[in-house]
Amino acid sequence: MAEIMLGLALLALTAYAVLAGADLGAGFWDLTAGGDQRGGRVRGLIQRSMSPVWEANHVWLIFLLVVLWTAFPIFFGSIMSTLYVPLFLAAFGIILRGTAFALRGQAATIREARGFGAVFALSSVLVPFCFGAAIGGIVSGRVPVCNALGDPYDYWLNPTSILIGVLAVVTGTYLSATYLGGDAQRAGLPDLVEAFRRRALSGAIAVGVISLGGLAVLHSDARSLYDGLTSGGGLVFVAISGGLGLTTLGLIVSRHFIVARWSAAAAVASIVVGWGVAQSPYLLPGELTLDDAAAPHATLVALTIAIGVGLCFLVPSLALLYRFVLTGRLDQEFEPLDQRFRPLTADDHPPEAGA
Amino acid sequence: MSPALMAATDLVGRLGPSEQEHLLWARELQAMSLTFHIPLVCFGISFPAIVLFMEGLYLRTGDETYRALAKRWSKVMLLLFAVGVVTGTILSFEFGLLWPNFMATFGDVFGLAFGIEGFAFFIEAIFIAIYVYGWDRVPRKIHLSLGVPIVITGVIGSLSVLTVNGWMNDPGGFDIVNGEITNIRPWEALFNGFFWHELAHMYFAGYMVTGFIVGGVYAFAYLKGDRSRYVRAGMIVPLTVACLASPVQVIIGDWAGREVTKAQPIKLATFEGLGQTQKDAPFHLLGWYDKSTGEVKDAIKIPYLLSILAYHDPTHVVQGLDSVPEADRPGPINTVRFAFQAMIMIGSGLMLFGLFYAFVWYRKGRLPTTKWFYRVAVIAGPLSVVALIAGWVTTEVGRQPWIVYEVMRVDGAVTNAGGLQIAFFVALAIYLSLAAAVLWLLRRLAARPPQVETPGTVA
Repeated sequence: MAEIMLGLALLALTAYAVLAGADLGAGFWDLTAGGDQRGGRVRGLIQRSMSPVWEANHVWLIFLLVVLWTAFPIFFGSIMSTLYVPLFLAAFGIILRGTAFALRGQAATIREARGFGAVFALSSVLVPFCFGAAIGGIVSGRVPVCNALGDPYDYWLNPTSILIGVLAVVTGTYLSATYLGGDAQRAGLPDLVEAFRRRALSGAIAVGVISLGGLAVLHSDARSLYDGLTSGGGLVFVAISGGLGLTTLGLIVSRHFIVARWSAAAAVASIVVGWGVAQSPYLLPGELTLDDAAAPHATLVALTIAIGVGLCFLVPSLALLYRFVLTGRLDQEFEPLDQRFRPLTADDHPPEAGA
Repeated sequence: MSPALMAATDLVGRLGPSEQEHLLWARELQAMSLTFHIPLVCFGISFPAIVLFMEGLYLRTGDETYRALAKRWSKVMLLLFAVGVVTGTILSFEFGLLWPNFMATFGDVFGLAFGIEGFAFFIEAIFIAIYVYGWDRVPRKIHLSLGVPIVITGVIGSLSVLTVNGWMNDPGGFDIVNGEITNIRPWEALFNGFFWHELAHMYFAGYMVTGFIVGGVYAFAYLKGDRSRYVRAGMIVPLTVACLASPVQVIIGDWAGREVTKAQPIKLATFEGLGQTQKDAPFHLLGWYDKSTGEVKDAIKIPYLLSILAYHDPTHVVQGLDSVPEADRPGPINTVRFAFQAMIMIGSGLMLFGLFYAFVWYRKGRLPTTKWFYRVAVIAGPLSVVALIAGWVTTEVGRQPWIVYEVMRVDGAVTNAGGLQIAFFVALAIYLSLAAAVLWLLRRLAARPPQVETPGTVA
């Protein structure tokens, strides 16, 4: 039973990483798109692609939290209390990112859109870094079973945390560039296809370089994880992930974005699973095993039933959403973000603004 | 397991004892986060049904006015849902960040409800996107049916969260043996004794808050002389919903009060500031509860009223605060008293307002003509939010010092982490700017003429 729950938690984490992670990555491209005019087209595509899906993508995080606190309450209590600094930061980033993005969709002037856009984009970088840093604290064995013991900074400002934090940010940018390239292709916007192709390629290379270099960091700072990832089952998944990453690179080079999104996502999924295998049987390395952390049998059975029934409704709903989205059924007309405000740009202070 | 059968315990959480000198900041941060989130929950509960009703009117009559309203409202619904998603996520984080020992000890008892909530919320997020972005892109009748899952999941999702609050007030589904939680029965925890009345009370609150706020926006335009069909329909539909809900809410409130009397007599005594157990218990309006004497000073005394409220019997004995040690009573008794009184006064006023509206409509078949009706309609929305928050303060502060009623104390559940004041003020700044930005943009949205809601554009 505990293994099923761990599987569901890893599923939720993977889904969050490849779906919401890409939305967060889009924030990075939004941030670096340049001035209003130069970045208008990139931002317009981001706004258009993310709008219908970002909320559903984000809910995977809530699903993950719920599975963790119900099935592994001691684990949840220990990580939430010990890693409170990065997790508070991530929580604040989540509020800022979500609302700023939603509000930008309703903005009436370029000045407003710029303000909301900046908040959206900066918090989109903050959130994955903090989550990655928190994971780094866990995998390097720095979190004991406790209620917030010790120095609150070493837990997340250590070599492993910084490595995984940066990797989380960069992976999101690479995923989102791949997805957005596909969206641009479908919308018939060749200049944006090329723009995101360049971004996807540089993102993919950055992920590869950081991952390889990161092995040295893990070797010195998180030895048990390093050993797990470089032997047995862990190594198999790492190899699969590497292979899928190279495949994705090839697909992006040859502009096959539709297939590339799947292989890019699968590469991330496989590294998440590899982590689970490498760290087995521990949830908190050296401290807490999966079986020790697991809730009593009755809870696990009840949760499995609830999730089973829930999935029967969720899967068809998700299928409907992505069918609509991927076939362009919900597509809005493409509009560069700065163009939307054309009639108002002459005057960024409409009369009602000050009222 | 009724609290009467179970002696109050001082359970030590599974993460060991908690040492937190800033417990108050943790509570204030949690309270503030809930205060910002709960009005959004009201919209999640009731707004989809009101929007669908409006769209249904359009499908039946073909009148573009209804369509424009439904489409405009659906955008507001999406925006508020987005803000609700993120503020709700913060609550999930705060459960762990602020109360890790509570989560570590009881997460496996009540977690099931959140599992159900997670799915409901997920499906709601999916269909809300399809519904709003599907305007003019899917056939009209299918579009309406795409909104139905939003209504259903909105109900199931908030129901699941309420059941956890019910469980904290009326805990069950587990045994305590030698200070350890054992024999967990998650389904029993889910369907606790507080489930039904909390659910009904919050549902009607949801319809009142949404109805009065949305109706009030159009009542304001009506007052300023705009008598277009758009403004009339935008006012009448939500206002009618809220006015019908208000009288029923008073009856549900009475039911909830009697359930509290049975399960949490100390909380009831706190509502009044009843120092001593007594028969013929009176109710004191306003005034100040004095801890040293256990009496309410400078108040308007209404004889027998507390006995009537609690037992529907003017002479019934009501349990006072003195029946438990001081450590087991809520600290801020006056906070609870004022919150309770604010809730019942606003609730009673809104009931009269609703009855007046229904009376005029029934006897004369038209809207009231007095300007005062519309002036009250404009402030009814904010007032209903005050009553909503006051109601939650009543029940949550009234539950103190327990996080799990008579089982675990809040000071044993809190995190040992530092920096809670910093977190509080950062969160305060974020929430205030968030509220300002949302209100400002809603104003902006409302300022656009209804004609922009023509087919083909979803801004």
